[in-house]
Amino acid sequence: MKNLMIAIVERKDFQSLFDALKKKGYQISGPTLRDNAVIYDNISSVEDLPVGWTDKQDAGRYRLEKSDRASLFGYVLGPQSWKKFLYPAEHTFLNISRNGKRFEVGSAEEEQQPQAFIGVRPCELQALAIYDRVLGEGEFAATSYQLRRKKLFITAVNCIQPGGTCFCASMKTGPKATGGFDLALTEMFDSGRHYFLTEAGTKLGEEVLKQIPNREAGEKDILAAEEALRKASEKMGRRLDIKDIKEMMYRRFDDPHWEEISQRCMTCGNCTMVCPTCFCVNVEDTTSLDGREAQRLRKWDSCFTVDFSYIHGGSIRATTTSRYRQWMMHKLSYWQDQFGMLGCVGCGRCITWCPVGIDITEEAAYFRKEDK
Amino acid sequence: MTTTKKPKLAVWKFASCDGCQLSLLDCEDELLAIAEAVHIANFPEASRAVEKGPYDVSLVEGSITTPHDAERIHKIRRISKYLITIGACATAGGIQALRNFKDVNDFISIVYAHPEYIETLNKSTPIADHVFVDFELRGCPINKYQLLEVVNALLNGRKPNIPPYSVCIECKRKGNVCVMVASGTPCLGPVTQAGCGALCPSYNRGCFGCFGPKETPNTVSLAAQFEKLDVTRDDIVRIFRGFNAFAEPFRKESEAYEK
Repeated sequence: MKNLMIAIVERKDFQSLFDALKKKGYQISGPTLRDNAVIYDNISSVEDLPVGWTDKQDAGRYRLEKSDRASLFGYVLGPQSWKKFLYPAEHTFLNISRNGKRFEVGSAEEEQQPQAFIGVRPCELQALAIYDRVLGEGEFAATSYQLRRKKLFITAVNCIQPGGTCFCASMKTGPKATGGFDLALTEMFDSGRHYFLTEAGTKLGEEVLKQIPNREAGEKDILAAEEALRKASEKMGRRLDIKDIKEMMYRRFDDPHWEEISQRCMTCGNCTMVCPTCFCVNVEDTTSLDGREAQRLRKWDSCFTVDFSYIHGGSIRATTTSRYRQWMMHKLSYWQDQFGMLGCVGCGRCITWCPVGIDITEEAAYFRKEDK
Repeated sequence: MTTTKKPKLAVWKFASCDGCQLSLLDCEDELLAIAEAVHIANFPEASRAVEKGPYDVSLVEGSITTPHDAERIHKIRRISKYLITIGACATAGGIQALRNFKDVNDFISIVYAHPEYIETLNKSTPIADHVFVDFELRGCPINKYQLLEVVNALLNGRKPNIPPYSVCIECKRKGNVCVMVASGTPCLGPVTQAGCGALCPSYNRGCFGCFGPKETPNTVSLAAQFEKLDVTRDDIVRIFRGFNAFAEPFRKESEAYEK
């Protein structure tokens, strides 16, 4: 990333980022307010951002609050992740039609308009890196994902204000973006000034940055942002000790505590739906009434359903205990065996959006205590 | 499917409001295609022309509440190749199953001028308590697209895509914000079967549980969370006592909070 631009963009010039991206033909997606939360949707200007809003998060609880300053990225994370754009919740990928006694199968995949994300958090960059590993290449590569991913422009936003359920610092995925972005912003407030320290991560990012009114960042500016991010890493609401976690969790496979968690777990699947790395899908076939046309669809699925592990004769994870254990151990242990990386990025969504507030960091800490 | 004989369809009504069978007529855009694909032989809501059985498919709406109906359902089973129950009345006893928590004789004397003419059972029960049911379609009312899906799957010899998992899964797929987490609104979504398209949470309301208990529902955990949201014990009883009050997981939970 050496030799790429680092610049200061004033708040008043921020709309230029939108304008520059639009001029390049991007559909812009980013944070916006809806139904008492910050969600990700297609947006077109600074006014669409959750200006002056922040969020308070705890296990099973999320509340939007007015912030004391007019920040553009003063919120932490909402219930949605970027997978809604890159790996949509429902997606038709095959069209099949009957032709006499034969039938024809055609791909339903289409080229996509280039998309630009604004407001990708460092933990979410890691989630994208995981998706690239899982869906972008190799055995499970998904054409739909590749088509969307290859044209993606990423504007990351560093976290100077972590939330109550955040634990990226302990997962080593944040609060500062270290790669995987075209531009990375740090939103700064300094004696009445409101500006963005803007770092280009790619040539393309630099090209866009040059379209925006900016001035070169001085050492003082860079140090101020570093300091704000250092403080942020100390303000994480949660932490998860990942030292030897794979082996530690394997040793707790038969721990009676799984049973206790299953008393609270509703197997509703919310944690998997909000998780930015959960990639499991179900494949469904639909037909027209006359049987002439058929479609094959992919829908987000969850390891918390009974049918998920259905093989001939029955489900292999009939109990809640086995399903919760599968999910948590996949994130922390099996994922490492499978993909050589952790499946959790420390975003805390599964904690906040679990309707009964089951906390993966708390459960992991419990197992670690038992392990000693 | 065009070369085979059209399957004969019958629609039957027991104690119910007719809303579910009307879902079939509600399939306006698809109705002609359905009439092309199946032979509607017995559907008094749609036509006076009633043909005798046997039938390939019987859609049964309503619950069993009288001795007469308890007999009648056996006759229908005998003349039906496939029997599919539709709606909360047929699958769980319906809203009228609220009587099951009280003594029905107390109601009869209050409601009717001549109670001696009333012959009723003391409980409203689902069809599956009486005869073998091939497939249950949930909801109050059922979702017409799910009804179409079942008919479609049957016609094309495939498994219907009617998932038994939670409302939360379709709610999240739709991109809704969780009303319970973000607004503190009690919601039955985590213990209720999907199928409605997460209708109520899409309008910022908690789920009423119209589609009944999902697979492996943990009502104990959800009710405990309702208490944390300051829902009173009386209200928890009411929340679980809706259209699917007599479905076992909901029934047990409401009874636990009644004491």
